[in-house]
Amino acid sequence: MGYFNTVFCIFRKDILEEFKSKEVVNSMLVFSLLVVVVFSFIFEPGSDMKNEVVGGILWMSFVFAGLLGLNKSMMTEVQGGNLQALLLSPVDPSSIFFGKVLSNFTFMAMVEIITIPIFTVLYNVNVFAGGALTASVFFLGTYGFAVLGTLFSLISVNTRTREVMLPLLLLPILVPVILASVQSLNIFVLGHDHALAYPWLKILLIFDIIFTAVVFAVFDFIVEE
Amino acid sequence: MSKEKILDAALIILVPFGLYMAFIYAPVAKSLGPNQKIFYFHVASAWISFFAFFVTFCTSILYLMKDDFSFDDIAESSAEIGLLFCTIVLTTGPVWGKAAWGAWWTWDPRLTTTAILWFIYVGYIMLRKFIDEDSKRARFAAAVGIIGFIDVPIVFFSIRIWKNTIHPNVVQKGGGGLHPMMLHAMFVALLIFTLLYFSLLIKRVRLARARRRFAALERAS
Repeated sequence: MGYFNTVFCIFRKDILEEFKSKEVVNSMLVFSLLVVVVFSFIFEPGSDMKNEVVGGILWMSFVFAGLLGLNKSMMTEVQGGNLQALLLSPVDPSSIFFGKVLSNFTFMAMVEIITIPIFTVLYNVNVFAGGALTASVFFLGTYGFAVLGTLFSLISVNTRTREVMLPLLLLPILVPVILASVQSLNIFVLGHDHALAYPWLKILLIFDIIFTAVVFAVFDFIVEE
Repeated sequence: MSKEKILDAALIILVPFGLYMAFIYAPVAKSLGPNQKIFYFHVASAWISFFAFFVTFCTSILYLMKDDFSFDDIAESSAEIGLLFCTIVLTTGPVWGKAAWGAWWTWDPRLTTTAILWFIYVGYIMLRKFIDEDSKRARFAAAVGIIGFIDVPIVFFSIRIWKNTIHPNVVQKGGGGLHPMMLHAMFVALLIFTLLYFSLLIKRVRLARARRRFAALERAS
């Protein structure tokens, strides 16, 4: 079976499973909306200060919801030994990994697609002022989150404390992604020159490329028994 | 006499010599006064923590390639020593910062990166404690050791873009106008801290090996 074929099969399996149970996306979505609402209490209603923090609030809601979803999605894989069985099959282990990355990315994207319009209504800001640039920020940021998040969720579900380890490992390493995504959203919301967002897009792109390559290189060694 | 004993004996002589160089030989700084003395310990600790994490990075790769637990022992030991010195950097830094800039903390790229670095390796050490199976622990920790280290420059550059306002840049400022005698004291401090690192590493690796042997014996009985 070809590499991309395997990736797609894993992705298809996850999506079918999710359509049946709807556990991951639903819990992520409710949590992400809840974060959006709870974080609105940090400033007075209608205050102009909100424009400077909305990018951060939106991304924090994705990050927290993402942490929740990653744990859930990897737990179903480990309980019952499905992951073990997949790794025993005669395919490249990293193709299984990137299949999981693709499905985690899709789950997060689904949450973002629903959260962003509701967020826009509640906060009365237009994060899409950057047009294609905003879309790239969401795309690259979510991919960076998914690629390292999937790896660290695999690591953390194998520890004694299970999901506790995931945020402790993932958040410090994701600092560039969080910083770049939040800062570029702020540039669009505050109506600054969009060219200011290019360095941040570059950081996101570099982060994504480097860690895709690194995980691709080391994944086989990490999972071999 | 074993190499380790020679190293330890050398340190017994060199550490007081280093203190002499920092406190008596090097002149007192004009603007900062005796506060500046912390610089020798701060810079040397920063160097050791980066060096130690680099050693963890290299031995993590070697472990994944060679599947030899002795590399894992070095990776673990080095990360622990690195974290110790990183903690020293983060405590001496604000003391110096308060005297030099009037603030304990600025979100300068160097400071922020060091703080993130600290969190990454706290995570690394916690992860090791939470996995019981030897080979699983070694493989997963190696992944964090490799990814964490590669992440550091990206963190640094992203924070530099964030804080493009220039904060007082101690090392560059100091390096340019540092008195030659201060420079001597600093190089002596760097050398002594490096030797201290190797001395601690040898002891910590021996402890890790003993633990591994003990666990194996326990399983066998």
